[in-house]
Amino acid sequence: MSNTSQIDVGYVAKLARLELDDASKDKLQHDLEEILAYIEELGELDVDGIEPTAHALPIYNVMREDVSKPSFEREVMLKNAPGTVDDELLKVPQVLPGEGMS
Amino acid sequence: MNKVDLKTLTLQKASDLLKSGEVSSVELCNMYLERVADVDSKVNSFLKVANDKVLAMAEDADKRRAENQSLSDYDGIPVGIKDCIVAEGETCSCASKILENVVSPYDSTAVKKLKAQGFIPFGRLNMDEFAMGSSTENSAYNKTSNPWDTERVPGGSSGGSAASVGASLIPASLGSDTGGSIRQPAAFCGVVGVKPSYGMVSRFGLVAFASSLDQIGPFAKDVTDAAIVLDAISGVDPNDSTTSPEEHPSLVEAVKNAPKDLNGLTVGLPKEYMEMAGLNPEVKAVVDKAIDQAKSLGATIKEVSLPHTKYAVATYYIIATAEASANLARFDGIRYGERVEDPKDLINTYFKSRGAGFGDEVKRRIILGTYVLSSGYYDAYYLRAQKVRTLIRNDFENAFKDCDVLLTPVTPDVAFKFGEKSDPLQMYLADIFTIALNLSGNCGLSLPYGFADDMPVGVQLIAPHFGEEVMFKTAKVLEDNREQKEFIASV
Repeated sequence: MSNTSQIDVGYVAKLARLELDDASKDKLQHDLEEILAYIEELGELDVDGIEPTAHALPIYNVMREDVSKPSFEREVMLKNAPGTVDDELLKVPQVLPGEGMS
Repeated sequence: MNKVDLKTLTLQKASDLLKSGEVSSVELCNMYLERVADVDSKVNSFLKVANDKVLAMAEDADKRRAENQSLSDYDGIPVGIKDCIVAEGETCSCASKILENVVSPYDSTAVKKLKAQGFIPFGRLNMDEFAMGSSTENSAYNKTSNPWDTERVPGGSSGGSAASVGASLIPASLGSDTGGSIRQPAAFCGVVGVKPSYGMVSRFGLVAFASSLDQIGPFAKDVTDAAIVLDAISGVDPNDSTTSPEEHPSLVEAVKNAPKDLNGLTVGLPKEYMEMAGLNPEVKAVVDKAIDQAKSLGATIKEVSLPHTKYAVATYYIIATAEASANLARFDGIRYGERVEDPKDLINTYFKSRGAGFGDEVKRRIILGTYVLSSGYYDAYYLRAQKVRTLIRNDFENAFKDCDVLLTPVTPDVAFKFGEKSDPLQMYLADIFTIALNLSGNCGLSLPYGFADDMPVGVQLIAPHFGEEVMFKTAKVLEDNREQKEFIASV
């Protein structure tokens, strides 16, 4: 975390699958540079040998019996879907690029 | 019709009125529905109220009562639900466009437990989109106002939950707290708000923001009411493996049996908090008054140190955004939520649905979170923040070796005006007093204690992990002895 980070908002937005227009890209670039400059202060601390905390509680594996239980009906789970086929399947746009796939 | 003053009606009083037959649940719910119709145009706390369902559930509660089959002392009392906590058959938008028309097929565990006691989920409460914000200005829908001054924000992210209780539109509500989102709006709106210890309340059915930090908790008019709601919703849940299997002591009993004074209690004052630059002197004066009160009630006051306080905000905004970027990846326009019209292919659906569906603050945090997790930056940001999180947690553990509870401000200042904090970093920095204990997992309670600039000011009590009992007892004694007896907004 030594030198000020060079965030490229356009690139990171692609990783995050977010479409941004140019105006919001510029605004975010400015905001995030400011926020990252502030976050840099963590670099002052010596954290050698410190265990990371991923969670506020000591986590143990929580087991349950491996038995099947009733689940939701398909139509209930599909009710919020933006598109379905025959009320049974999720309808999604073409997955692979190219013509004539749909 | 109104034989009851809703402005002073607590869950305990409502329970008594129902028990004695002075009011029925249907009458009670109708009074709240009328008050919402009259007053909520000024506050805009509810996104939606399920009038017909509420009255149907109230009728059921009245029937049970007539047959001595009441589910609990609180059967038939309405409560408000933050819009990120799902309830069966109700919309759950998280105040986001991307979930505009989503209706939950199931109850969150918290709502299920409330219903098991007969509490009636009354309506959906406004919030910052996906709980990201400190003013509720990030809602894609309503602009919620502070019931004490409608020119000011109610705080956030659970702004609707706080404002609705503050305006007596509902006797109690649920919110969620990831970095202060219950305690800060509670302080701004003059109500009690509790962030339980991590693992106390199931997160099943709480739309995840930052899974290692999120907790559901109550807003209420007083400490006893908050205990009633928290007792109702806490406990182990097979659907959330981070809930603690420990038995939690009854907080209602703890409050009922609270001592008359604070003899034998050691109250710690974190010096980094009390000396924080930017702490409004009038807010500090209210905290000082609470400290004096505690002292005169017999508590030992001790200065303690939380040396890594200045790193808490930076640590939080790395960890919270990293978790959020992963949690919010599921909103992609495929299985539920809004999908743009005629996307040309799958990847285009993701880009456009997310680009159109999320607001600015959510985008800002997704990008920050994606960045700190991205290849080449993970160690420098995310891993380092997790290590600093250990240091922050150790700070609290060390402080609690010398004291039972900590007493601190909740916020550096009173509720601010709309648009006053337009710079995102300035907004983040105002979370300084609440944010560290989400990282450490401790519990915290915001208790209204006085006024500054004619606006309510809260004090925060912090207790060790699962130290709710001592936290509630202390809060009850302070509440009983504070100079300002009642906090009733004029709205």
